[in-house]
Amino acid sequence: MNGLLSPGKYFADGNFASAEGAIMAGCRFFAGYPITPSSEVLERMSRRLPEIGGHFIEMEDEIGSMAAIVGASNAGLKSMTATSGPGFSLMQENLGLGIVTETPTVVLDEMRAGPSTGIPTRVGQGDVMQARWGSHGDYAPITYAPNSVQESFDLAIEAFNAAEMYRQPVIIATDQVIGHLSESLVVKPPEEYTIVQRLIRKKREEDSKVFSFSDDFIPMFIPGTGFKGNVDSLTHDERGYPSNEASVEKEMLEHLIGKIKKNEDKIIKYEEYETEDAEVVIVAYGITSRAAKHAVKLARKDGRKVGLFRPITLWPFPEAKIRNLGERIRLFIVPEINYGQYSHPVREYGCRETREIHFPPGEIPDYKIILKNIEEVFP
Amino acid sequence: MTTEITHPKHELLRDERFPHIWCPGCGLGIVLQSYINAIEKSSTRIEDNVLVSGIGCTARLPGYTNLDTYHTTHGRAIAFATGMKIANPSLKVTVISGDGDLFNIGGNHFIHAARRNMDLTVICVNNFNYGMTGGQHGSTTPTSSKSASTPYGNIEASFNLPYIAAALGASFVARWTVMHPRQFTKSIQKALDVRGFSFIEVLSPCPPNFGKLNGFVDGFAEMEFYRKYSVVNEKANLEDIWIDPHHGKEIVLGEFVNRKKPSYLMREEELINSLKGVKQ
Repeated sequence: MNGLLSPGKYFADGNFASAEGAIMAGCRFFAGYPITPSSEVLERMSRRLPEIGGHFIEMEDEIGSMAAIVGASNAGLKSMTATSGPGFSLMQENLGLGIVTETPTVVLDEMRAGPSTGIPTRVGQGDVMQARWGSHGDYAPITYAPNSVQESFDLAIEAFNAAEMYRQPVIIATDQVIGHLSESLVVKPPEEYTIVQRLIRKKREEDSKVFSFSDDFIPMFIPGTGFKGNVDSLTHDERGYPSNEASVEKEMLEHLIGKIKKNEDKIIKYEEYETEDAEVVIVAYGITSRAAKHAVKLARKDGRKVGLFRPITLWPFPEAKIRNLGERIRLFIVPEINYGQYSHPVREYGCRETREIHFPPGEIPDYKIILKNIEEVFP
Repeated sequence: MTTEITHPKHELLRDERFPHIWCPGCGLGIVLQSYINAIEKSSTRIEDNVLVSGIGCTARLPGYTNLDTYHTTHGRAIAFATGMKIANPSLKVTVISGDGDLFNIGGNHFIHAARRNMDLTVICVNNFNYGMTGGQHGSTTPTSSKSASTPYGNIEASFNLPYIAAALGASFVARWTVMHPRQFTKSIQKALDVRGFSFIEVLSPCPPNFGKLNGFVDGFAEMEFYRKYSVVNEKANLEDIWIDPHHGKEIVLGEFVNRKKPSYLMREEELINSLKGVKQ
C-alpha cells in the first residue's frame, strides 16, 4: 500500500480528482481555508495526507495558506492550496512571493460567481484575468483550465510538474461545475504517470548563486543543509541579495518572464475540434467548452463550418495558434461565464472580428445560446 | 600596509552585505549580535537555524546573517515559517520581525501560531512605530505618544505583547530591552530549546522617528530611559505590564512564561503514528 489511489475506474467529482491527482503528483503539504465550492479538496487532503505521512494544516485565512505553501515548498515538500474567488484575491500577495522567489507550488482556484462574495455555490469564470494579472508587478503565469473530472486529475499532475520544471506557482483555474460534477475517472498505475521530481542543490559551491538569471533555472536549495542562501521578496540579484537598481530589476524580470516565454511551446496545451475548414471558431474553456462543443456538433449537422478551439492552458496565451486561426477564419466567438475576459486577448492576437457571449455567472452555459449565435453569423 | 579586519563573528555574518541600512542609535545591531551569540551558544546545530522575516527595518536582519534566510511579505513571516517548520521539522525556525509587521498587519498569524503552540521562536523588536516608512503609529504605539500619523498624540490603546502571547497559550514568553543584551541572549537560547511557541519581545530605540517625536534626543537617551525605568519581575501580573513612557511607569521585564505543554508538531506526530498503527 503506497497510499496512492488504486488504479481503476472511479465515479467521482472534480474536487476528488484534483486532490487525488495532486497526491499522485507527490503533493505532501496542503494548507488551506474552507471556501465553497472547493472545500471538499481541503477535506479530502485533511484525511489523506496524514495517512501517507504528508502534512495538512487549515490556516487562519487564505493569506496565511498561500504563505504556508510557499514556505513548505522552500523547505522541500511539494505543496498546494485550493480556494475560490474571494480566497484567490487574498492569495495574490503571496502568489507574487512565490513568483519572485521562484518557488514551485500549486493553487487551485475553483471559480464561482463574483464579484466580492458573489454566489458561493454557483459557477463563474470571472477569475481568468485575475489568474493572468492578479498579483502586482510583471510575471508570466501558467494556468490550467480542466473541463472534466478526468482532466481535473490529469492536469493536477501536469500543474505540479510544470511548477517544478519552471520553478513557480502554477494555477489551476477550474470552476464550480467541474468541481462538483460526477463522471468517470480512470486512474492508471502510478508508474505510468510522468512525475517530475524536484532537483535539490545540497552543497553550495564556492561563489555559487541562489538564483540564475541566465539559465532557465538552477535547482533550489533546502534550508538546514548548510547552503546558507538568502531568499528575498525584494527585487534581488542572483545571490538573492536585495537591490534598488533598475538594471537588477530588468535582469530579474527578464528571467522570470523569459523562462516561461522561452518554453511556451512545451507549456501550452489546447484541443481543436472541427477547426480545419472552419470559417468561424469558438474559443471556450472549462465547463463552457462542453456546451460549445455540443453547439458545434449540432451546427455542423446543418453544414455550418464552425469549429472549437479549447485552451487547456489559459496562460501563457496561445498567441501563435490564435493568430494563425485568425488569419484563415472570418470570426471568433468567445462564450464565457463573465462579461468578456478571455475575449480580449483573442481579439488582440487573433486580429479578427470577435463576438462575445456573456453568460451571467450563476448559470451553467446553455448550448442553445451558443448555437443561436452560430446561426446568426451564418446567413 | 593594510590589515584586513574581520568581525569576530564573521562566520555568522554576510560580510559583503555591510554596512547595514540601520540608523545611528538603532537597537537592531544589538539584536543581531544577541541572536548570533545565542545560536552559537545554544544546543542547536548552526546549519539548522533558519531565519524568516516579514517587511520593515527588523525584517532586514536575517539578510545580514550567514544562515538560510527568508525575507518574505509584510506580516506573513509567521505563516510562511509555519509551512516551513511543518514541512521540515528538523529545522530551528525563528521569525524575527518588527512590531508593525508581527502585530498590525500580521496579528492574525501571530494569534493562531501561538494558539496552535506552533514550534517556532518569534522575536519581536518593538520600537513603538513603523520605522521604515517614517514613524507612523501602530498597535504598539503607547497611548498619547506622538508619531508621524498621530501628530496630536495617539488616542488608541496599545497592545501589551507578553500578556497576549501568554493568554494565547505560548510555551515561552519573555520581554527585554536592547539595554539587556545578556538576558535577551539567554532568553533566545532558552527559546530555541522550547517545544512549542516561544515569544520574546525586545524594546529598541527608533531615534529619528518615535524617539525624536517623544522627547528622546537620540538613541542614547532612549537607552537611558530603558535603564532607568526597567525592572525585572518574572512574577508580574501580565495584565499590568503595558508600556507607558509618559507617566513614569516601570517597564517590566523578564521570562514570564516557561511551561511544558504539547506543541503542534508533537500532536501531529502522535496523529501520524496513530494512523500508521491503524494500517498495520
